[in-house]
Amino acid sequence: MADITLVEAVTQALAYEMRHDPDVIVLGEDVGKDGGVFRATVGLLDEFGPERVRDTPLAESMIAGLAVGMAAQGLKPVAEFQFMGFMYPGYDQIINHASRMRNRTRGRITCPVVFRAPYGCGIHAPEHHSESTEAIFAHIPGLRVVIPSSPARAYGLLLASIRDPDPVIFLEPSRLYRWSKQAVPDDGKALPLDKCFTLRVGTDITLVTWGAMVKETMAAAETLAKEGVSAEVIDVATIKPLDIETILASVEKTGRCVIIHEAARTCGVGADISALIAERGLMYLQAPVQRVTGYDTIVPYARLEKFYLPSEKQIIDAVNKVMEFA
Amino acid sequence: MNVIATFEIAYYQYLNEASLLVETLPSDLKNPHELQKIYRLMVLLRTFDSKAIALQRTGKLGTYPSTRGQEATFVGIGAALQKSDVFVPYYRDVGVLMQRGVKLSDILLYWGGDERGNYSSMAEDFPYSVPVGSQPLHAVGIATAIKIRKQKRAVLTVCGEGASSQGDFYEAMNVAGVWKLPVVFVVSNNQWAISVPRSAQSASQTIAQKAIAAGLQGEQVDGNDVIAVYERVSQALKRARETNEATLLEIITYRQSDHTTADDASRYEPQGVREEEWKKEPIERLKKYLMNTNAWTEEQEHALHKECASDVEKIVHEYINAVPQAPESMFDHLYETLPDIYAEQREHVSHKEAVAHG
Repeated sequence: MADITLVEAVTQALAYEMRHDPDVIVLGEDVGKDGGVFRATVGLLDEFGPERVRDTPLAESMIAGLAVGMAAQGLKPVAEFQFMGFMYPGYDQIINHASRMRNRTRGRITCPVVFRAPYGCGIHAPEHHSESTEAIFAHIPGLRVVIPSSPARAYGLLLASIRDPDPVIFLEPSRLYRWSKQAVPDDGKALPLDKCFTLRVGTDITLVTWGAMVKETMAAAETLAKEGVSAEVIDVATIKPLDIETILASVEKTGRCVIIHEAARTCGVGADISALIAERGLMYLQAPVQRVTGYDTIVPYARLEKFYLPSEKQIIDAVNKVMEFA
Repeated sequence: MNVIATFEIAYYQYLNEASLLVETLPSDLKNPHELQKIYRLMVLLRTFDSKAIALQRTGKLGTYPSTRGQEATFVGIGAALQKSDVFVPYYRDVGVLMQRGVKLSDILLYWGGDERGNYSSMAEDFPYSVPVGSQPLHAVGIATAIKIRKQKRAVLTVCGEGASSQGDFYEAMNVAGVWKLPVVFVVSNNQWAISVPRSAQSASQTIAQKAIAAGLQGEQVDGNDVIAVYERVSQALKRARETNEATLLEIITYRQSDHTTADDASRYEPQGVREEEWKKEPIERLKKYLMNTNAWTEEQEHALHKECASDVEKIVHEYINAVPQAPESMFDHLYETLPDIYAEQREHVSHKEAVAHG
């Protein structure tokens, strides 16, 4: 079995589920012949035909609204937005309709849609192509927000998201699309939603992160190990609803926590995790929780994005600060 | 210069303002029993509507959007739909919903502030869409599913002329044209989007011609003429079912009421216009026609009003006596299975004392 990238794992999951469930439909801009701007849907048109792999007119609200209608008929649409920065016209459909349909019809109509989008900066893209606004979705009741950080988790979590009976926002870190490869068996096995993944076991400090920042966080943990600090790394993976139990259990063990995310700091998901630790686990803490995040700025154009992204050094500095707290 | 595109917009009327047939009666409606059935529904709708406003005025119902004067539009649409079709409403469509299995007491329940009002209906029909103009996109999504499954069914969605200014409205027509979807878009043009008149909504000569840019057929229909509404909607549905061609119907009527009970149209509606428009109102128009053709009598009229009043009393009784939802029910349909992290909040609200508001 050849090793595959994260974006290839997305394709593998879509193809697997389309082969096994005729109700799965892929739609979006350029998802057909072009195979998507990141090639996440490459080969699907040839295998499944234009009825199930649908190039849409260029209108993001329409993509989201169509998916709501299709899902109500029992289809399982997987709708692609080309970049997270272009999801915003679809927000009305996602927030006012997809997230609420089950509730407002008391379960009569449901909305099992997966809204996929690449997100995050660090790929030298033009403006509006580098957003990390996952917190906007995480704020909305009725949604799930799922973010993979490896090829295996992209495969397993996307399968789980398609099979989930409720709407899922599935955000793919574009910086990791082709960063690493691993063997991902095409066995149709889903990974659990609503659960954190502990990527590295440690005893001195808990590092909580998700998406592309898993890369810098794991690197920091390795460096810290050489300095004698044993870091536990948690990939939150489903940021809504949050698996706070796994995070609290880790913090109970380590007594220290740093939260790392690429998104702007204010009202980021890190703020909520930090608040939950304070509410439920204050007595575990030997030092204040620290956050290492993007700045509260508009994501800069490509030339400055390397200054915007939280770095491995920033994470190590924050860990050292926490470790040295008296 | 070469003219490379031209278009025409037809206007359809069967029963004119003087209750005279100006076109041949459609064959579906030749049996007087059919028009009597439609007439009964229109009277029931107006009786219900007046009662709903009265309930709101006495604090027993929340904000309610009246359909007074628009009975032909909605009853006509409902009569034209087949059971196997799918209906995607906006929020002024009681006259359709009452023909789609929705209990009138549930319509009160909805406007009285209870989600369960969205439950009873034909299984596939959508609930109200309050975000104006967002629902035509659901209709094309449903129509896409129907087409993928090669079914001979149609989807019909309604919005107001104000909603036709929304991008979603155009996006829906556009994809319906490109993908050839079995859908009918109805714009109920009642001349007012809350306080903004039709003339300030769009410089387009007709709303119907907005279809042309999307490659669809568009036409205007006299919305106070239930025969025209029934016939043109039936034809558009048939075209959708049989040939996957979408249509935009602009149904011209007049809002003989405030926008909702929370509105006061005297702030913006020119004096006298409503009274002038009332001369075209749909119920009297049909009644006169039925009487002129010996298909209706004053005795039947009297009995019908009595029957409608009694039906509405029963509906109100059922509404008033609905068992309240438990507070924790706000969590019951948030997700198929409530995630663990919200269990504490659900437990909390189940013991919470109601907070007085207002």
